[in-house]
Amino acid sequence: MVTHDDVIYVAKLARLKVEADDLDRYAGQLSSILSHIDKISELDLTSVEPTSHVIDLSNVFREDEPRPSVDRDEALANGPEVENGAFRVPPILES
Amino acid sequence: MEFEPVIGLEIHVELSTKSKMFCGCRVEFGGEPNTRTCPVCLAHPGALPVMNQQAIRYLARISLSLECSVPEKSIFHRKNYFYPDLPKGYQISQYDQPFAVDGQLHVMLDEKDYRVGIERVHQEEDTAKNIHGGESGRIAGSTYSLIDFNRSGTPLVEIVTRPDIHSPQVARAFLNKLKNTLQYLDVSDCNMEEGSLRCDANISMRPVGDTGLGVKTELKNMNSFKHLEKGLTQEIIRQTELLKNGEKIVQQTVHFDVTTGDISPLRSKEFAHDYRYFPEPDLVPLIATAKFVDGIRAEMPELPEARAQRYMKDLELPEYNAEVLTASRELADFFESVTEKTSASPKSVSNWAMGDLSGYLNSTGEHLATKSVFPEGSNICKLSPENFGNFVKMVDEGIIGVTSGKEVLPEMCKTGKSANKIVKAKGLTQISDQSELEAHIDEAIAGNPGQVEQYRAGKEQVIGFFVGQVMKATRGQANPKLVNELLKKKLSG
Repeated sequence: MVTHDDVIYVAKLARLKVEADDLDRYAGQLSSILSHIDKISELDLTSVEPTSHVIDLSNVFREDEPRPSVDRDEALANGPEVENGAFRVPPILES
Repeated sequence: MEFEPVIGLEIHVELSTKSKMFCGCRVEFGGEPNTRTCPVCLAHPGALPVMNQQAIRYLARISLSLECSVPEKSIFHRKNYFYPDLPKGYQISQYDQPFAVDGQLHVMLDEKDYRVGIERVHQEEDTAKNIHGGESGRIAGSTYSLIDFNRSGTPLVEIVTRPDIHSPQVARAFLNKLKNTLQYLDVSDCNMEEGSLRCDANISMRPVGDTGLGVKTELKNMNSFKHLEKGLTQEIIRQTELLKNGEKIVQQTVHFDVTTGDISPLRSKEFAHDYRYFPEPDLVPLIATAKFVDGIRAEMPELPEARAQRYMKDLELPEYNAEVLTASRELADFFESVTEKTSASPKSVSNWAMGDLSGYLNSTGEHLATKSVFPEGSNICKLSPENFGNFVKMVDEGIIGVTSGKEVLPEMCKTGKSANKIVKAKGLTQISDQSELEAHIDEAIAGNPGQVEQYRAGKEQVIGFFVGQVMKATRGQANPKLVNELLKKKLSG
């Protein structure tokens, strides 16, 4: 069973805000997903290769050829704060 | 109780491809911030990564040079964490199916052979660069940071060793050997100052004789050989003291301050190690067919050991010379072009290259003009292979003496002029004119009757004194061999 603490922990990792009222609902939904996976685990799957991709495709490459980058002003246009041609962000470590 | 250190290294290498790992932005060092970005490396919604084939070739070269086995299939994973230099919120990396596993690299130190196992080699992408604002310029205490995404998405290869290293000296020797190997492979400029080769070290202590592993700490960003060796030495002292006092080691990342030599814990990031890896759905699996791997094997550049063997066999260099030369790609390449372009004796060329030339380069910080890539702003030595070869020939043929040669070579490096020109301008041609030398010898004999007496009484080493006198009189330009012969004749006569 997924506990309220598990929900809070996972939400924090994903930087999601979860209201206390929703904890029950999410814990229930996550539990049901996990129990479905447990159900699959009951099968003998030793000879089945794990599927990481559903499309049967491999080795999609491009040549090592530089292409023009975007204009810097355009690149910075989405930055909430910009300084000296760079994105400015709040202090990384909490003091 | 005696303790021994157990050290494993994680090395990150930026590949010298022309474009980034998953987009076409150019890979270069420096430049104006955020001028080499696009929707892929800025992580705009909907942008999709496409793998750079050349990076995978380089990755394969590295893996094979470390004698790894390359499983047929490897896949990419998302390593999830939040940090301002990681715009997607995850780094594309490899997890439980890396490109290559189980290799090794042998390191020689003080004539002992150390085998260091390679656990894995995998492909990932570099992050952006943070410039920390505030007085210290360091992350701790900064009031804001500026982010430059030019580096974001640069192909990065991670090499992880097994915990097979038991001293800071071997760790340093390993990193040195690895760097040299990578330089021979032409896959990275391995510039530690600019961060294209970076090293983290995991270290724990255990009682001598034990085979288990103790609690480890991680030393991050050991960005020079000296730094790595010193940092590890300090951390060994710190951990040993704690253990001897019966205290416990806390698993954490520690920071080594080069200037003070202090070790301090870095503030741990909450949940830092819960990366929730899952397969990257935007990249299809990488299949390394036997044909692909064989193709890479066939185009592998010659590695240092093979080159040293060739120098010994084809150019008849002594083993020591061959090893010293090939320990630096730059020196070996230069040596090779000298032997290709001139008829100077390879052995003499190697001696001058290892001796006076290396001495000059070390003291000035200059690099030889070879195809190796050097840090921005490096000074390139003006000595050409042709001039160097002709210089060595002039010394070998006795046109200039060794002492004069030591004066001429740095001048050649500084000015780019030929030995001939410098020798003429300075009047350094070796005196091999018999009558001129005889005049100096006669003078020396006449002025030192006591020493003549000694020599004639059987004390033959006194001849060195007379050679010295003649050298002094000729300002080192006398042909020493001829002086010796003439002296012997005159003194016994």
